[in-house]
Amino acid sequence: MPTVKMTVNGKAVSAEVEARTLLVNLLREKLGLTGTHVGCDTSQCGACVVHIDGKSVKSCTTLALQAEGTKVTTIEGLANGEKLHPMQEAFRDNHGLQCGFCTPGMVMSAICLVKETPNPTEKQVRDGLEGNICRCTGYHNIVQAVLAGAKAMRG
Amino acid sequence: MHNFEYHRAGSLADAASALKKAGEDGKLMAGGQTLIPTLKLRLAQPSAVIDLSGIKELASIKAGAGEVTIGAGATHAAVAASKDVQGKIKALADLAAHIGDRQVRHRGTIGGSLANNDPAADYPAAVLALGATIVTNQRKIAADEFFKGLFETALKPGEIITAVSFPAPEKAAYMKFANPASRFALVGVFVAKTKGGVRVAVTGAGESGVFRSAALEKALSGNFSAKAIEGVAMPAKGLNSDIHASAEYRAHLIGVMAKRAVAAAG
Ligand SMILES: Cc1cc2nc3c(=O)[nH]c(=O)nc-3n(C[C@H](O)[C@H](O)[C@H](O)COP(=O)(O)OP(=O)(O)OC[C@H]3O[C@@H](n4cnc5c(N)ncnc54)[C@H](O)[C@@H]3O)c2cc1C
Ligand code: FES
Ligand code: FES
Repeated sequence: MPTVKMTVNGKAVSAEVEARTLLVNLLREKLGLTGTHVGCDTSQCGACVVHIDGKSVKSCTTLALQAEGTKVTTIEGLANGEKLHPMQEAFRDNHGLQCGFCTPGMVMSAICLVKETPNPTEKQVRDGLEGNICRCTGYHNIVQAVLAGAKAMRG
Repeated sequence: MHNFEYHRAGSLADAASALKKAGEDGKLMAGGQTLIPTLKLRLAQPSAVIDLSGIKELASIKAGAGEVTIGAGATHAAVAASKDVQGKIKALADLAAHIGDRQVRHRGTIGGSLANNDPAADYPAAVLALGATIVTNQRKIAADEFFKGLFETALKPGEIITAVSFPAPEKAAYMKFANPASRFALVGVFVAKTKGGVRVAVTGAGESGVFRSAALEKALSGNFSAKAIEGVAMPAKGLNSDIHASAEYRAHLIGVMAKRAVAAAG
């Protein structure tokens, strides 16, 4: 089996994978990082979003082998010890989650969005989250959370 | 998903020889944003996948006199953000900025989109309306010769798209009525006023994929304004009917999107 090497949440990782292994399966099954979720089979829901070299991607639509040599960040890699990332904090403060299934993907997408657009409008947030589906919240509080998170990230 | 051999190509020549070696069951992969979902559904079962995404030369975007050449491996996000594309062909940067969602745009490429020729994809409309040239590792193919029906192109087995060269138009714009779930075009219309005349390409609607509308081109040639389109009848014949929209509705949308595109082109 091929071996793949990458950095995940700051740690060097090396694993044997089948060529068909998806990045999300490597993260969840081999590395035990189950914060990254799988919500669909059609690359549409965004529950699986992680960052590869800082850019949000769907880890269910990326082969583990394609991440060779990259820096991968998952939801588990955001907090600094006990201190949540400002975007995580904003989701909590704004009631931006109900069941929480979509939340890891939402937070990862939101952080990438805010890095590329530090001061987004509400429309830019809504457009920017097109690839993330939530079955619970009706999105309103998610959008409020991202706007608040963006403000906190600007400092 | 069935297993396969994976090869990360280091160069174009390496990719071409790996593809040749793999024979009929070899498949190129660029962003994987179409191929991986297809593999999951077992609609394709290649024995070997040759990954083009590590080939740096394929990702370049270069502007020349009156044209922009976009490497096949340029992602939708890179095209949308490119100052060269924004400067020479704003309509193309806008189109790229509205393909799928951000995550798809971070990985999906122009070469993959064109090779796939999905009847609801966005890029085919731009390539056809702007009269672009598709450059492969073997030859150059004019847009009018490239699209051959649903998911069919003029590409031969073993042929790899390396770049697409777009002549800058005088005016152009693209408008799509997006499927709210997938963002693919239910109907998308790209209008371009080019040196060779007005060209209008329609995606999302045709039974055999992207097509040029002679009626709209004729109407706009004399008078490049939304008003000129008002009297043009859009027949539903040859258009798609599916759960998303009837052929009649699509025909209606072609007129609406064409008007909006002409207005946006200014
Ligand atoms: C949720 C979602 C929404 C989407 N929405 C849209 C949308 O709104 N509009 C739209 O247009 N598209 C949409 N897409 C498709 C997306 O744009 C794909 O990225 C694109 O169609 C394929 O590009 P890729 O680089 O991912 O190609 P891949 O999936 O890697 O490859 C696709 C095909 O092209 C071949 N190929 C790849 N590169 C080359 C090359 N250089 N030469 C020859 N053959 C090659 C492959 O062998 C394969 O058959 C969407 C996809 C998803 C998952
Ligand atoms: S699991 Fe739904 S997009 Fe990845
Ligand atoms: S909080 Fe339940 S899916 Fe979004």
